[in-house]
Amino acid sequence: MTAFIIYKAIMCAGVFLLCLGAAAYATLWERKFAAFLQDRKGPSRAGWGGILQPLADGVKMFMKEEIIPNVSNRALFILGPCLFMVTAVITSSVVPWAKPVNIGGVVYDMQITDINIGVIYLLGVASIGVYGIMIGGWASNNKFALLGAVRASSQMISYEIPMGIALIALIISSGGSLSLKTIVEAQDAGVANIVWQPLGFLIFFICALAETNRAPFDLPECETELVGGYHTEYSSMKLGLFLFAEYINMFISSAVIATLYFGGYNFPFAHELYAKLGLADGSVWITLIGFGALITKVFGFVCLFMWIRWTLPRFRYDQLMNLGWKTLLPLALFNLLLTVVIEYFRGNIHF
Amino acid sequence: MQLTNRKVVVSNKEQSFAERIYLPAIAKGMMITASHLFKKSPTINYPEVKRPIAPVYRGQHVLKRDENGAERCTSCGMCAVACPAEAITMTSGERKKGEEHLYREEKYAATYEIDMLRCIFCGLCEEACPKEAIFLTDRLVDAQFERKDFIYGKDKLVEKMDARIDVTKRQTQAVLDFKKIPGLKHNELFDAKKLNKGHH
Repeated sequence: MTAFIIYKAIMCAGVFLLCLGAAAYATLWERKFAAFLQDRKGPSRAGWGGILQPLADGVKMFMKEEIIPNVSNRALFILGPCLFMVTAVITSSVVPWAKPVNIGGVVYDMQITDINIGVIYLLGVASIGVYGIMIGGWASNNKFALLGAVRASSQMISYEIPMGIALIALIISSGGSLSLKTIVEAQDAGVANIVWQPLGFLIFFICALAETNRAPFDLPECETELVGGYHTEYSSMKLGLFLFAEYINMFISSAVIATLYFGGYNFPFAHELYAKLGLADGSVWITLIGFGALITKVFGFVCLFMWIRWTLPRFRYDQLMNLGWKTLLPLALFNLLLTVVIEYFRGNIHF
Repeated sequence: MQLTNRKVVVSNKEQSFAERIYLPAIAKGMMITASHLFKKSPTINYPEVKRPIAPVYRGQHVLKRDENGAERCTSCGMCAVACPAEAITMTSGERKKGEEHLYREEKYAATYEIDMLRCIFCGLCEEACPKEAIFLTDRLVDAQFERKDFIYGKDKLVEKMDARIDVTKRQTQAVLDFKKIPGLKHNELFDAKKLNKGHH
């Protein structure tokens, strides 16, 4: 029992630190990547090549003056960023980060918890995430913050529907399990889900952009119209938490996309490679190589998120709603139908 | 009536399917940004790397000393007269006995001030100077927090003995020849021999 608690504690701390560290350096990489796309150099003064920039940003955020408006609802005002941050982090608990490792005859999953409704848990936590923004914007008692919050909540609710339907199609084609561990293992045995779900991936990816409030769907923080968006009244580290949680969301969304559609910690010819290296199942090396493969995929998706952000202009609000309800939703339903027909002829569905 | 040929007929034709799904256009845009990923950044890391300055660049002034270290300025006021921005003020002093190593001639500038906020760095002062005493250099005037700090006195203008400033790029033969034009005979007093040799 003690060993179990220690193992879970290590996993929790490890994943938590991984998320925070990755998000911190995602902020730096975002600025660097934007600079490279715009023929600039980006932050390069703090440490070698700007490597200490996230630290400097964090110190700056902490040292700034903290302002809580008199007219705000104080308790909710503080709760908002906390809730947003918590929901951003706890999504990571169902992601399988690497292959199970066998230490002294005991098999340890590289996943905080393998709940059998992992996909539904993801959707549920993602929809709780909107409460952080909603509460923060409402408690600010500011028109612009409220408008930003209203936009964020309506956008997230709209895009959760095609996202959920795309996930249903994915679950049908990947064998019917809602557990992320089972989904990844099915891809290890067969092919990555993207092969059977290219349209589903496209829908899921666009919805993930909208769910993380990234450009071109960053209307909740549209500074040209809403001063600052839902965090207009926030300052100091509370603002920092909102901004930071966006990067955690981006990191975990990338991990989820990689897990669901691109085989997670698996990669092509992995078994051939492991056999050639003489690694037995449960070896620490297999775990590390798999973790490296997943992180590489996540990094690729994070870059794609940033690449899109620094290329595309923001949608207009009616365009956003049109895209969500009139394009993505029918497309997701069509994808679901198509998946069912294909799976029937592949013999995976029986009536 | 048609005045130019730049008239364009606006087309309201229906968008094709490829145009309506936007994805090809998005891919095209992303290829453009991606092509910039591998372009060299034109940024210059300023304090470490500096852009080359033209030899005739007119920056912060220097009051030159001669080869013995005596100040060349005789406080004649030609520079102040020439200055279109009225940035130069000075007071004169008389050289005492035993100060020959400090001042080249009997009269010298007791104070000499240039207001760097008024100065337009036109270089007329160095053109007017009969004693080859004031030159503009390639140094930049530093930023200050207060206006009064922009008034540079002799402590900042006169060149230090251990850090002589090279003005040969501005004191070229062409410049010296220009100063020999009648009515502009600047250097005859102390450099006549050298100039005559160059001329004949």
